[in-house]
Amino acid sequence: MYLLTLLALIPLGLVLWFTLSKGLPPVLHVEFFTNSFRPVGVPGAGVAHAIVGTGILVGLASLMAIPIGIIGGVYVAEYAVDPWASWVRLASDVLVGTPSIAIGLFVYALAVVPVHHFSGIAGSVALAILMLPIVIRTTEGSVALIPNGLRESGLALGLPRWRVSLQLIVPAAAPGVITGALLAVARASGETAPLLFTSLGNTLFRVDPTNAIQALPLTVYQYALLPYKSLQDQAWGAALVLVVMVLGINLLSRWVLRRQIRLAGQL
Amino acid sequence: MAAAVEITPALPPARRVPDRFRTLSGAIAAIAPVILVVIIGILFQQAAPSIRHFGLGFLTGTNWNPVTENFGALPAIFGTVATSFVALTLAIPVGVAVAVVLAEQGQTTIRGIIGTGIELLAAIPSVVYGIWALYVLAPWSYAHIEVPISNRFGFIGLLSQPGVRSLFNASLVLAVMILPTLSAISREVIRAVPRGLKESAVALGATWWETTWRVILPSARAGIFGATILALGRALGETIAVTMVIGNSYEIPHSIFSPAYTLASVIANEFNEATGTLYPAALIELGLVLILVTFVVNLVALLLVRSISREATRAA
Repeated sequence: MYLLTLLALIPLGLVLWFTLSKGLPPVLHVEFFTNSFRPVGVPGAGVAHAIVGTGILVGLASLMAIPIGIIGGVYVAEYAVDPWASWVRLASDVLVGTPSIAIGLFVYALAVVPVHHFSGIAGSVALAILMLPIVIRTTEGSVALIPNGLRESGLALGLPRWRVSLQLIVPAAAPGVITGALLAVARASGETAPLLFTSLGNTLFRVDPTNAIQALPLTVYQYALLPYKSLQDQAWGAALVLVVMVLGINLLSRWVLRRQIRLAGQL
Repeated sequence: MAAAVEITPALPPARRVPDRFRTLSGAIAAIAPVILVVIIGILFQQAAPSIRHFGLGFLTGTNWNPVTENFGALPAIFGTVATSFVALTLAIPVGVAVAVVLAEQGQTTIRGIIGTGIELLAAIPSVVYGIWALYVLAPWSYAHIEVPISNRFGFIGLLSQPGVRSLFNASLVLAVMILPTLSAISREVIRAVPRGLKESAVALGATWWETTWRVILPSARAGIFGATILALGRALGETIAVTMVIGNSYEIPHSIFSPAYTLASVIANEFNEATGTLYPAALIELGLVLILVTFVVNLVALLLVRSISREATRAA
């Protein structure tokens, strides 16, 4: 049993080791973070456009998905007896398992076809659809952990229901809610498939989300499949940046979650 | 004198404050199910030209020719099912072992490390698995798994013709990627096995191995099956990593070491280049097939896992 378990952890070690050993050399140049795409053979190429692009895409997606997801999650947890709540729960669970490439196709039809060009906005809508169910479910989970006493004391003081939910319960559940949001951000930062037909990618440095925008996972995907050593190296470098970012967010969220558990114990 | 008889009106019903927050937050929460319905609706609408043109024959057709505009989905469906099936076969023993260890065995620190490791495995982006598989895993597996096996067993057609980009290598990455789903949910269902059951086995003198193999795993069987189906849902829809190593060959392969194609990979590779009306519609119909299949698979898994955890709470 232990041997099989060890077998499960070998890929983790290997992926991390190769990303680090192959990604570190390109990452060690400052230009990697300050410059954008340069044609093969021109020195000083970087992925600044992809890093900023990922920031914009994920930031916009978060603005859409996190508020809606938190309110949705609060609803599902606070009015769990509503039949509608169980439909929302089921829909979120199914949505989590939806292939991200299909979400890309959907957003292509919704936000790219009508305006006739690819855009960062379309990309962030696709990412937001991915994030929404994660935020709903984790918010629900942490709100449901808050003991009923807190709700009852709020209501006994004559607070209306919405103030009890949003000003008492959500702050008490904040670490769990933040964890969910962080996990959703991490997931969205690493997704490639939904961006292929929405944000498309760009070799230029673009911050205007009505343009096609580059993203880190797109960089890895596109460069890795090209037959140029210099671009393949950059793909590994971008993969390293991505892994550090995503695992960093994940570890941060675990730390926040541990505080939630301690806090819930005190209530 | 009827007018004099004033009947006191009944007390007004207790004033009920309408809970506007409930309505409003319920409406916002509705976005999730609405998106789900709209996704299916829009994909149906976009795939309509292809659905009308090919009918049900689309699902059994084996051609994929953008020039003659003749499209059939069978090789992609086959590739999707085959990669997922091989990946599950590889991942189930490991995933269940991890789940048993996490639920039952060993010191908390070791469990903590393994648990964190598995969770990080789930967090690594698909494209990172893809580049790793393309440059590291696939060449290694070609040299150390595919070639030795086909040298010895190559007379079996299914194990002949080794290649770096192959259905098998795609399944290998997939297996790694679905492992966290499999072990996390299996751990929950193994934990839900009533303590009394395990303790009675131990009291009867069963060893740890016998308890695990004959008592715990059989009673968690249905839940582990649910976890497997949920992992299957993940495997069916996985796009990027598979696309990078499967070899992109639109035919039903004769060997698991041959290149193949999956529904998601075809879409990822060809959609941006698809012109005309029929070609993109056919690709979207592939997406529709994919999404409908994963919906069914996920629903079955969810209901299964949910009914088991409900039973467990009732038993506890």
